Order: sequence, then C-alpha cells, then structure tokens
Amino acid sequence: MPFDLPMFFAFIIAFAILAYVVMDGFDLGIGILFPFLPVGRERDSAMNSVAPVWDGNETWLVMGGGGLLAAFPLAYGMILSALYAPIIAMLLALVFRGVAFEFRWRNPRHRGLWDMAFSGGSIVATLAQGITLGALLQGIAVQNRAYAGGWFDWLTPFSLLVGVSLLCGYALLGSTWLVMKSEGSLQERCYRLAFRLGVATIVAMAAVSAATPFLRDAYWMRWFAWPQVLFTAQVPLLVAIVTFVLFWSLRRGHHYTPFLMALALFGLGLAGLGISLYPNVVPPSVSIWDAAAPHDSLKFMLPGVLVIVPIILAYTGFSYWVFRGKTGHEGYH
Amino acid sequence: MFEGLDAIFLARLQFAFTVSFHFIFPSFSIGLASYLAVLEGLWLWTGRQVYLDLFKYWLKIFALAFGMGVVSGIVMSYQFGTNWSVFSDKAGPVIGPLMAYEVLTAFFLEAGFLGVMLFGMNRVGKGLHFAATLAVAVGTFISAFWILSANSWMQTPAGHAINASGQFVPVDWWAIIFNPSFPYRLVHTVFGAYLTTALVVGAVGAWHLLRERGNEGARVMFSMAMGMITVVAPLQIFAGDQHGLNTLEHQPVKVMAMEGHFQSHPDGAPLVLFGWPDEAAGKNLFAVEIPKASSLILKHAWDAPLKGLDTVDRKDWPPVPVVFWSFRIMVGMGMLMLALAAFSLLARARKRLYDWPLLHHFALAMGPAGFVAVIAGWVTTEVGRQPYTVYGLLRTVDSASALDAPAVGASLMAFVVVYFFAFGAGTYYILKLMSHPPHRGEEGPRRDQPVRAAGITPAPAVADSLATDKEA
Repeated sequence: MPFDLPMFFAFIIAFAILAYVVMDGFDLGIGILFPFLPVGRERDSAMNSVAPVWDGNETWLVMGGGGLLAAFPLAYGMILSALYAPIIAMLLALVFRGVAFEFRWRNPRHRGLWDMAFSGGSIVATLAQGITLGALLQGIAVQNRAYAGGWFDWLTPFSLLVGVSLLCGYALLGSTWLVMKSEGSLQERCYRLAFRLGVATIVAMAAVSAATPFLRDAYWMRWFAWPQVLFTAQVPLLVAIVTFVLFWSLRRGHHYTPFLMALALFGLGLAGLGISLYPNVVPPSVSIWDAAAPHDSLKFMLPGVLVIVPIILAYTGFSYWVFRGKTGHEGYH
Repeated sequence: MFEGLDAIFLARLQFAFTVSFHFIFPSFSIGLASYLAVLEGLWLWTGRQVYLDLFKYWLKIFALAFGMGVVSGIVMSYQFGTNWSVFSDKAGPVIGPLMAYEVLTAFFLEAGFLGVMLFGMNRVGKGLHFAATLAVAVGTFISAFWILSANSWMQTPAGHAINASGQFVPVDWWAIIFNPSFPYRLVHTVFGAYLTTALVVGAVGAWHLLRERGNEGARVMFSMAMGMITVVAPLQIFAGDQHGLNTLEHQPVKVMAMEGHFQSHPDGAPLVLFGWPDEAAGKNLFAVEIPKASSLILKHAWDAPLKGLDTVDRKDWPPVPVVFWSFRIMVGMGMLMLALAAFSLLARARKRLYDWPLLHHFALAMGPAGFVAVIAGWVTTEVGRQPYTVYGLLRTVDSASALDAPAVGASLMAFVVVYFFAFGAGTYYILKLMSHPPHRGEEGPRRDQPVRAAGITPAPAVADSLATDKEA
C-alpha cells in the first residue's frame, strides 16, 4: 500500500466522513428519536443539547463534499451524478432539519410543524446517506470519465438495507448522546431506547457485513484471503468487544461510556468500509490514483490540511467544552 | 412533464435559483456579523446598555439568517457534482482546492464559534465572547475571499494549464487566487454586503422611528446605518466603476451586452439609458441614448472607439437583454442608495435625522434595495459570462452531467417548493423579530442552562431570565 499524496487525501476524506458521521450522526439521531420523545421539556432539552454544535457538525459534510471535489474531482462528479436522487433528497431534508433548530422557538403555535420538519428531515437525510453508501459499495457504472448507469441504479435491497442500518445507528448515537447530556425522565427513556437501538444496530451491522462480501468477488477476497484475514478478522472481533461494553455500560447506568462505544462502533464500521473499498474510490473500477487531482492541487492543500485541521479540532473541542454538562429544557425567546 | 425542455437549461435554472436564494443570506450575514462585532465592541468600550440591547436584538435575527445560509450553502457544495459533473472533473483541480480552503479556514471558524456567540455569553465571559463574535465576523470575510477567488477564476482564468484528459491543472497558485478580476470583485461584493446590511438596519430603525421618535435603540441603529451608507455608497459606485473597467479589459463581450452595444462605434459610443435589446435584429428598440457618454465612462474620452457585438460571433454572445437589464437595475439601486446617503447627510446637518418622516419613509422603502442590487449584479456578471463556465475555455453546454430533463426538472421543482416554504417561513420570522421595537434589557437567543456547569450565576443573567420567563 503506497503512502503518497492521493493516499493521504483518501485518509483525510475518510476522516472527514467519520467526523461527519459521528458528529452529525448524533444530532440526526436526535431528530430520528423525536417522535419517541414527549412534547415539551424532553424534546426541548434534546434539541438544546445539540443546538450550539449542529452547525459545526454539518460543516464536516461540506468538508467531505468540498474535499472530494478538490482531491478527487473525477470521483466527486461520478458519485454525485450516479446518486442524483438520494443526494438531492438528502440536501432538501437537511434544509428542513437545519432551519427547524431556530424556527421552532420563534412561534409556539408553529412548534409542532417544525418538530415534524426536524424529525422528518433527519429521517430522510439519514436514509439517503445510507442508501448512498450502499449504492457506492454496490459499484457505479462508469464510462469515459462519467457515470454511465440509469437514474435508479442506486435503488436495490442492499442499498435500502444500508439505509435502514444507518437509521438504527444514528438513533443509537442520538440516544447515547442524550444519556450523556440529560437527566431525569429523558435520560431514563434514552437508556431504554439505547438498549433496543443497540440490538437493532448490531443486527443491522451483521446483516450488512454478511451481505457485502457477496456483492463482488473482490470484497470476498479482501476480507477472507489468507493471510490478510488475520488482519481483517480483528474488525469483527473488536465489534464484539465494543458491543459487550456498550450493553454492559447501559445496564450499569454509565453516562459517558455508551456514547463512546457507539462512536467506536461507527469507527469500526468505517474501517470495514475502507477495507472493502480499497484501493477504489468509485468501485468497481476507479482507484484512488485514477481519481486523484493533479499533484500540484494536492500539494497546495497539504499545508492547509496539516496546519488547519488540528486548529479546527482544537476550537471544536473548545466549543463542546463550553457547552459541557447536562442541558436544560428552556428554549430561547 | 419536462420532456420537451432542454436539460441543460433546466440545470442552469436550478443553479441560478439555488445560488440566488443562497446568496441572499450571506450578503446579509457578512455585513451583519461585522455590525454585531462593532456593537459588542462599542458596548465593551463604552459600557452603554443600548449597544448590548442592539447586539442582542440583531443577534436573534443573525441566528435565523445564518442557519438558512448554512443549509442553502450545503446544497451549493453538492450541486457542482449532481448537475455539472464534467465541470467538476475538469475545473475541480483548480477551484476545488480554493473551496477546500474556504471550508477549512472559514466555514469551520464560523460554525465553531457561532454556538458560543449565540448561546455562550454567560458561560465564557465578555472577552472570550467578543473573541467568538470577531471569529464569526472574520470567518464570513474569509469565506467571501475564497469563494470569490474561485468565481473570479471562472470569469478571468489564469495560472493554469490543460492536461491530456482535458482537466485544468494548477501551474501558479498565486496567479490563480489573485486572478485579474478577483480584487475588484472582492471589494465590490463586500461593499455590497455592507450596504445590504446597512439598508436593512436603516429600514428597521426608520420603521421604529416612525412609530416612536424617542426610541434610543432605533435612533442609534438608524444613525449608524445612515452613516455607513453615506461612507460606503460613494465608495461602492467608485469600486463598481473600476470593476467595470476591469471587465472591459478582460471580458469585453460582457460589457457590450451590459451597454447594449450591438454596433461598433469608431468615434464615440452612446450611453444607452433605456431600451429593449432585440437580439435577433441586433439593435435596441425604443432606445434613449446619450451620445458618446459610454466612451467617456469606459475610456475617459468622448471620441474613443468601442467595439460592439457585431465583431463577435453570435454563438459567443451572452443573453443580451438579461445582462442589459440586470445591470440597469443594479446601477439604479446604487443611485438610489447615493440619494439616501445625501438625504441623510442633509438631515444630519440640520439635526433632523430622527424627526424627518420623509427620510424615514425613504429609508424604509430602501430596506430591500441591497438584496435587489446584489442579485441583479450577480445576474449581470454570471449571465454575462455565458456561453462559458470557464470564460473562453469551457462552454456551459460542455460542462453538464449526462442529464435527463425529467430528473433535473423534478429536482428543480422540489427545490422551488422547499425553498419557498422553508425560507419563506424564515423571512416571516425575521420580519416578526424586526417588527418588535428594540428595548432596554433585550433578550438574546438564550440557552444558557445549565448555569451550574459553568459554576457561576451572573446576577444580570438571572434578572434577564426572570424577565424572559415572565414574558413567556
């Protein structure tokens, strides 16, 4: 595995995706859980716990898109035109969800409407992201540097399975986040939700993992060929350990551990995805090096990434630290 | 239902619609972020309550506008790929890194400190809070820097080569970033954002002055806004003129369309004030002209020759009537802004700034003028770039994905419906907030719980929250 600039940027994009998935994952998860939370204090409190940070979380999505355009322009064009419908659906859903954060406080009589927009937007955006991921794993037909498939190639049982799995996963992130950030009745409710969602997420992850090697021979080889199976087998092993700690900590009523374990599950899921996809960025035929921007483009971005990303992480951490602790239910007027 | 339509036309319509809607928010929030920083700075410096009240008053509005800017902006960062994948593949190596730097240096900065700015006043203390406000304000400016550099490169490409697979590849990043039209466009756009914000603030101040002449908050915001317009409007007209001269040098065809010059004028071109450009006939109908004035403005000489569209192949013409009229709308708005600036200066000189209802009505009517001018200006420059995406090098028709009209049409419809609903509601909430007169002890967008995590319960915050609870 050569470690050159395209490879470095592939890791950067993967990092942006991971950052996006775990950070926006928990606030999308709260949107998915909204229908299960009673109107009033619990909903307000759940919303307040993410209001100061959702904006920064969503910036990682822009980073993923912008980064892909900058570092792998060919892949960016191919993937987005192949996944036209789910991408547009995701963008529109994010509009509804994003505006609801502010709009719901503006007029109490409209609050129900914006709560619906918040949860509906979160659910549709999550499904669309999962479907996008599933469709990418399935492979995208390309010809002459362009997408060569139909408008609905993305719609398969597998992509829908990944969509539903992501729904469970984000909801798990959201419920464990709320376990960490809330107290009282909301926290008790989230412990129960997190337990069930933990089960659902593990089942879904198992189903996706079982189906993936059958999608293409290359995936089968990547996971099960000797000797790299020694390496790849660590992923399911770690998943088993993390799962155990997740349920144990939920039973014991820990505040922070469940969320950290949910994060770890997502990290491992992404590692698994990377193992399947490598060395392609658009399977089955476009590799990281085929799609990479010219050397001078990547070189220009290198100092930016090396210097600025750590700074971003520092002040993002600062912002989370400022809003640490349990969140109240009061809105702002 | 879209079978008969041209897919590329629909894709252009979709981009125009989403980018125009999007730009309404940043053109307001760039100026508003700076205004908020000035208000908070004045409060810290003078200790006057009115500045804090105004800060909180406009902060609530900023929160709404910024949120809408974020969600409509995410759409833009993906739109290049969905409908314009060939453009993304070819121009991505040049404009992609510029946008990546925008995300890295601006978006994260804004988003990272927005939470602290909106909700953190009681958690981090005044100094750090002011730093967060400054970070957001600086972030909006950095964002403008990078995105305008990318846009300007598409207008006046420089510093690149073209490789074997037809991609634009960077050769000299300095030349790419500081391409010939960039400095002019940056100044013109940032002034435009300041004017847009000042006109909105001025209109809100005027509205409340018309109702309650003595309202201190309304007086302060009106005076500050009129002062800003008085300074920036003349500067903006000068910057616009310089930008126009730059366009004449690098994109003369665009200027021909703006001026409605179908024919060449070897001895002084007329300034067409109004008229209807008839592209098919190649002349202006019902034209009202000032002889030789265009040469005077563009070349600073009465008799300077100016070439017309007759020297350009028709397939390289931009849509002349759109460019011609959007340019006139922008200039007209600019002249009205100058008139407002002069009027307010007169009122200030006569010490009647706060009790001259005619001035207040004028300022109120001018509230949306900045948005109109900004959108008209962008239509001028973007439609004037046609038929190219990368000027002179990559045609719009060669930039699109393999699109089907029904798919593009359906998504366009979805964008129209969602934007009108979501942003219509947002605009309504903003207008509702503006309709409340600023008052002493203004509430901010509060969410300071739990105060105990920060360890302190500042007395004013408690009083403030009691007042808020009572009102709620």
